[in-house]
Amino acid sequence: MQATTAPAEKTVEPRLKRNRKSISYAKWGYYFIAPFFVVYAVFSLYPLLSTFYYSFFEYYRSGLKFIGPNFVGFENFKTLFANGDLVMYAKNTLIMWILGFIPQIVFSLLLAAWFTDVRLHIRGSGFFKTVIYMPNIIMASAFAMLFFTLFSDKGPINDIFISLGWMDAARPYQWLATTAGNRGLVAFMNFLMWYGNTTIMLMAAIMGVDPGLYEAAEIDGASSTKQFFSITLPLIRPILLYVVVTSMIGGIQMFDVPQILTNGKGLPDRTSMSLVMYLNNHLFSKNYGMAGAVSVVLFIIAAVLSFLVFRFNTRKEER
Amino acid sequence: MKKALAVLMALAMASSLLAGCGASASSASTAAPASSTASSQAAPAEGKVLRVYCWNEEFKSRVEAYYPDYNKDTQMIGDTKVEWVITPNENNAYQNALDEALLKQSTAADDQKVDLFLIEADYALKYTSADAGVAMSVQDVGLTDADMADQFQYTRDVVTGEDGVQRGISWQGCPGVMLYRRDIAKDVFGTDDPAEIQKLVSDWDKFDAAAEKLSAKGYKMLPGFDDTYRVFSNNVSAPWVTDNKINVDPAITQWVEQTKEYTDKGYNEKGNLWSSEWSKGATDKAFCYFGPAWFIDYCLAGYTMETSEADGGKAELGNGTYGEWAACAGPQGYFWGGTWMCAAEGSDNTALIADMMKTMCCNADTATKLAKDVNEFANNKTAMKALAEDTSFGSNFLGGQNVYGAMYDSAEKIVMDKCTAYDQGLNESFQTAYHDYFNGTVDKDTAYANFIKTAQEKYPELKG
Repeated sequence: MQATTAPAEKTVEPRLKRNRKSISYAKWGYYFIAPFFVVYAVFSLYPLLSTFYYSFFEYYRSGLKFIGPNFVGFENFKTLFANGDLVMYAKNTLIMWILGFIPQIVFSLLLAAWFTDVRLHIRGSGFFKTVIYMPNIIMASAFAMLFFTLFSDKGPINDIFISLGWMDAARPYQWLATTAGNRGLVAFMNFLMWYGNTTIMLMAAIMGVDPGLYEAAEIDGASSTKQFFSITLPLIRPILLYVVVTSMIGGIQMFDVPQILTNGKGLPDRTSMSLVMYLNNHLFSKNYGMAGAVSVVLFIIAAVLSFLVFRFNTRKEER
Repeated sequence: MKKALAVLMALAMASSLLAGCGASASSASTAAPASSTASSQAAPAEGKVLRVYCWNEEFKSRVEAYYPDYNKDTQMIGDTKVEWVITPNENNAYQNALDEALLKQSTAADDQKVDLFLIEADYALKYTSADAGVAMSVQDVGLTDADMADQFQYTRDVVTGEDGVQRGISWQGCPGVMLYRRDIAKDVFGTDDPAEIQKLVSDWDKFDAAAEKLSAKGYKMLPGFDDTYRVFSNNVSAPWVTDNKINVDPAITQWVEQTKEYTDKGYNEKGNLWSSEWSKGATDKAFCYFGPAWFIDYCLAGYTMETSEADGGKAELGNGTYGEWAACAGPQGYFWGGTWMCAAEGSDNTALIADMMKTMCCNADTATKLAKDVNEFANNKTAMKALAEDTSFGSNFLGGQNVYGAMYDSAEKIVMDKCTAYDQGLNESFQTAYHDYFNGTVDKDTAYANFIKTAQEKYPELKG
């Protein structure tokens, strides 16, 4: 901003010299961006630093009394890693993310390739783009609640299966009481919610590819499969990587869907408990020390992944 | 001039930003149009806002019906506005919300202070101990021993702190009974007479035998996993926690064994407490539910109706299984729940609260009305005794049966000396952790380990 205002100042200066020595418009720039920094410091930076600080303390509420804060060093972190829980929840999160992400990327690639294919020329693509994006607009909690009802032991899905004769009425499949059922549903919901978003992004990437390449390939007699794997995929790789990493960061923070679906319990046997749900359990009982420690671990994982994204983007520019 | 304007605009922008934060930080409290006018008037002796913390609509509906000064449409008592702050109970959510509010009590503006809050037996001690210092002694509120002479002793013990001071009061007693389907009883046992059925389920061995008979005819003894939990957990020999150590009582282990057996043999519908599978049992194949008076009226009656009252259904015989039920004492005596009113320390509405407590909890007329209108087992010995002996009095839902005699005897016998402040969280965690075991997902040891994990997340100071 300084750079652009400077020349303007110079031309105005001689006339104003009568009243003032100089006027710097640059400071207004700072005034106008100040609110962001104030808000950031109060609502993000301070909580972040206090989270780090409290992760080294024993600090929780028992009844209506606060215990602590007593400095305990790395005790909270030791507890976290010693009982293996954190690793297990990280594994749960990873599994649920991968289960959802594989169909998500496959479907998105397929749809994006179809919608951008000049020869197929699908009509009403605007309509379809809107429709596949729809699930993302629904609130995750409402979506999870819907699935909770649909897949309950005596819910409509089981009713349909029973009436089709695929299931024994006396022993309906307990979707929400089995590990596979729960994880599968969480993954399925995440897939449904996000494939539209990914499709739109990949379409933008594919449309950015020089059409001349496809024409040349066609003249050379390349099949559309060949074109997809040899032209489209390599050329959209940067966006593809971006999609993978942002989705992974979103995956680490997976919370709302499994939380609502399992009522915050991560049933069965805590196999659908995600990292953030675990964090939430500690926060819910006002255990600031342990919650702080979990947050710090999450922060480190997310920071590493963000760093990777940063590396991709900068490397692309260098090329 | 321009500069002044710019500064002004920047300030306006910044202040609107902060104002936005302020409003959301003070929590989206229930709309209180009256609160702004209250503070501008010359300091009244009584506050203009009565803030009530509770976990469902039950108390609200009771106040609407039995506290004559309450105006349902304006939510006013006289010129005092009643603000209902309702937070659901599960996963300690209500307690957390209440704790937040009570911890801010000393600094909150008068109209933002908690005036009245409700508690349950499962965690009463947390709020009624002298240490906590959050609930007023009922004597200080303005109630005398004479006012409470007619109440069941256990309802007073539950809310009495270690120092012997009573800090809450209840309008209901919650002796539990076993509720069973008359039509199923006739089909399987050839009789629906409560005295006969009681003989068939008078101890747990007989109860198991009855379950087997029911199963042979295609019925289920219980709708879910948790139905008999309270019956076992109220008959424990030691409290849940002693010296911060969690102790699983043999009675609770017995519940685990029974429920596992029932699940494997298909004697129950595998419902979690309060789930839709569980409540659907009432119109399906479940033979019995366990619950006290509030459960009958507030929950079960609703479950039994094929067409709910909201959809225009009537509470009458022929609508689902409504009216097809009866009650007997069951294998063991127990209680479940109950709601106590506590006046919050720092409230500026004590005179009003005292009047509410007297009208709703200490008045024999209210007690009789509660019983007659909504089948409540009210906390008034004289009134309940009279009803128990009244042969013309009976419940429509229970096919005209008068259960007040059975409940009265049971209420007299309830002893509440195994309570701890952790009961609710531990009961919930225990049931949840063992559902996996019943469903066959984990073995018993893993279920126990998961229970301890959840318990420690809720109460970091406890040891397994």
